[in-house]
Amino acid sequence: MERSKHKSIMIERKKEVIASLENLGLQIYEQIDDGYFPSIEMPSRSTENIRYDPQVRQYILGDRKVRRHTRNIRHIRPFTQLVWTALFSRELTSHRKTSTLRDVYYSAQAYEMKFTDQQESNNIITDLETVLGLSREDFNIFPEERSAVFGDLTIEYTVPGYEGKTLNLTSHPDGVMIGPALTSSEFVSTTADKVIAIEKGGLFTRFVEENVHKKFNSLLVLTAGQAPRATRHFIRRLSRELDIPVYIFTDGDPWGMHIAMVIISGSANAAHLRELTTPDAIWSGVWATDIVDYKLPTDPLDEVDVKRLYELQRDPRYKDPLWQREIKTFLKIRKKAEQEAFSRYGLTYIVDEYLPTKLEETK
Amino acid sequence: MARTTFEEISAADFFYRNRDIAGFTNPTRAIFAAVRELVENSLDAAESLKVPPDIYVRLSYANETDKETNVFRLMIKDNGIGVPPRHIPSAFGQVLYGSKYKPKQQRGTFGLGGKMAILYGQITTHQPARIISSTGMSKIYSYKLRIDIQRNRPLILDRKVLINKERWRGTIVEFSLEGDYSRAMPKILEYFKQTAMVNPYANLTFVDPKGRLYKFARATEEMPDPPKETLPHPYGVDVELLQRLIHVTTFRNMSDFLKNHFHRIGEITARKFLEFSNISPSKNPKRLSHEEVVRLMRMLKEFREFLPPNASCLSPLGEKLLKTGISKELEPEFIAVHQRRPSTYAGHPFIVEMAIAYGGEIPRKGSFLIYRFANRIPLLYDEASDVSTIVMNSMNWRRYKVTPDMPIAIATHICSTKIPYKTVGKEFIADRPEVRREIANGLREVARRLQRFLTRREHVSRDRKRLDIFSKYLPKIAEFSTQLAGKEKNPDIKKLLRSVKRFGT
Repeated sequence: MERSKHKSIMIERKKEVIASLENLGLQIYEQIDDGYFPSIEMPSRSTENIRYDPQVRQYILGDRKVRRHTRNIRHIRPFTQLVWTALFSRELTSHRKTSTLRDVYYSAQAYEMKFTDQQESNNIITDLETVLGLSREDFNIFPEERSAVFGDLTIEYTVPGYEGKTLNLTSHPDGVMIGPALTSSEFVSTTADKVIAIEKGGLFTRFVEENVHKKFNSLLVLTAGQAPRATRHFIRRLSRELDIPVYIFTDGDPWGMHIAMVIISGSANAAHLRELTTPDAIWSGVWATDIVDYKLPTDPLDEVDVKRLYELQRDPRYKDPLWQREIKTFLKIRKKAEQEAFSRYGLTYIVDEYLPTKLEETK
Repeated sequence: MARTTFEEISAADFFYRNRDIAGFTNPTRAIFAAVRELVENSLDAAESLKVPPDIYVRLSYANETDKETNVFRLMIKDNGIGVPPRHIPSAFGQVLYGSKYKPKQQRGTFGLGGKMAILYGQITTHQPARIISSTGMSKIYSYKLRIDIQRNRPLILDRKVLINKERWRGTIVEFSLEGDYSRAMPKILEYFKQTAMVNPYANLTFVDPKGRLYKFARATEEMPDPPKETLPHPYGVDVELLQRLIHVTTFRNMSDFLKNHFHRIGEITARKFLEFSNISPSKNPKRLSHEEVVRLMRMLKEFREFLPPNASCLSPLGEKLLKTGISKELEPEFIAVHQRRPSTYAGHPFIVEMAIAYGGEIPRKGSFLIYRFANRIPLLYDEASDVSTIVMNSMNWRRYKVTPDMPIAIATHICSTKIPYKTVGKEFIADRPEVRREIANGLREVARRLQRFLTRREHVSRDRKRLDIFSKYLPKIAEFSTQLAGKEKNPDIKKLLRSVKRFGT
């Protein structure tokens, strides 16, 4: 682990972000100055232009482009919003401030650039990501956070006012929120040799109480349902920079499976972005076969579960035999189980029996 | 015609007993009808001289009889042709005496409206009428008279001759009558307003019993050409008329008789018709038997080669005047008028004029305002039964981008030597296919023009909105991109905004 290396990467990256934002401004400025209605070209995010790339093991955008043209009456407003968002992001990035999606929505109003709703402002931010090929976290816009990390990892802050300060991630038993300060921090040192990502808050707390981080020498990450992008990027960094494997534990149902898959291979929604995936991460459970093997208490699959399973069966990300086998098993047993289902064998069973077995099995 | 039929009892007596026919049904209708009949006589009197009418009407309380029904004094003064002194007593004191029994377009329909009003006044108040008139010569004649109902004769109570120093010309009629003004008021005011619409060259002044002055000023001095008198068209004759013509004719053979008493019959047509109907051209019309007269009438109707009557006997308002009148009274944002070519029904020529007006002072009330006129008279009752209403209701308005909630007024003017009224009340026009077709075609024409106006207005407002959007966002884009690029000065967007104006249209 090289601290200085990461630090310089971070600084370089911020410079690049600012440069590409300014370049966008210049491009528009020059078009107007030359007497043209300014326009911007970007890859199309329509479903026809999203495809799975087995090489990079994630969804990517195809070659189709769209052009936002200010001469088009329907484009001019979103175009203006896009330029404003770029300007706002440049300010954030260069002043090393962060902002939430909600902030962006409200800040626009001060410039008479009111977004009709949060969705509109989110879409514009996605447009800007697509134009620049950067993710919003790069230009310091973050969603509301709800995921956390716990374990023996010491980080050093880079955010203004905390530069140089360090923190060990075991210092708070509820875990440390994966927010802008943490995602932009540098990793200083760790004793952990693996990452365990957990879908649900209850189990995350149980693992902390049961000293899973010590017993299994691991960092614990709470995804709190579908992992936010910042968390996915953070997991990738843990995997890459610390060079340790990532194991994912979710509920035993199609939705749990997909939480794991998005961490591994990304989502179609983020096809315009890179560096959010952790292709080597492993889904360790709860598998359909675990439900059978451990005789877990179950609920029957309902209609939407079954429908979702058929969708996943055709999804290129699920072509691996393990995934196909689990989908088939779910469809066969027509049952699902939550992570908490292990409590039928006592509160510590999952830590004492299930976890070591599965870690060994999926190693 | 009616005159000969009812000679046995006095005509005045007949109308006294059947005053409903002339619209004097009740105190409300009576006061309205009296005002209306006299105003129309005055309009005709001025128009026959081609002088823009100046009409002053004053209605005042005489004394109170009971709460609802009051006795009023009605006075009307015009600048019309005036009545020659020897005709004054009969013109105002003898029912069915007058100059309106020729086939040309007239407002008055029976020639009894004015006299009916005087008769009604006399019946209800037992007061004589005063008539003052001058043809603009050296004298003014003033009569006080009463109608002898049983004998249908004027009774002259007083006669004065005044020196006309100022060469005044016109007629003043003043008499008392019973009526209910408070109920009649809305209709009377509406009558004046609508009369002003189709007589934009007239000054109408009305002072009501409470002393309120209503003035409808003329908007133009221009007047439509007066109608010419014509002979009856062969399609329109009946046995009665034929017999009358035979009675008075001086021509001794059928050929001359037809040529001289009918419209659109000349030498060749007469010959063809007589061949067609197998009547000898040399036959003396006075020798025709009753059966032969009936047959002649039928043949006249069956013969296909008469040209339709020409419209010189009609006096339509004309597109320009109709537009002027409606514009002055309704103050719309847009108006389209259209005059149809002359047409005929049952041998009677008629012309339909249509107008559609939109916006401005026209209220939105969930349905169109409908104004109906016949021979420049507003029709105020029985709107729902009128052929115009039927045509309007059957129009597919959506095709013209028109919805009932729009502020729209539609005016129909039909002029004819014989308006096809449905009932004796003469308040609505019958659903004759020929008339209906003309109204429908006229309405489509003005509706199309309204549609073009609405579409153009929509385009203009869309263009304005476009420009607004570009003017709002382009400066912001310029400003934001300047800041983002770290430039000093905003780029010039004037050129871009100019081009928006261009490609918007």
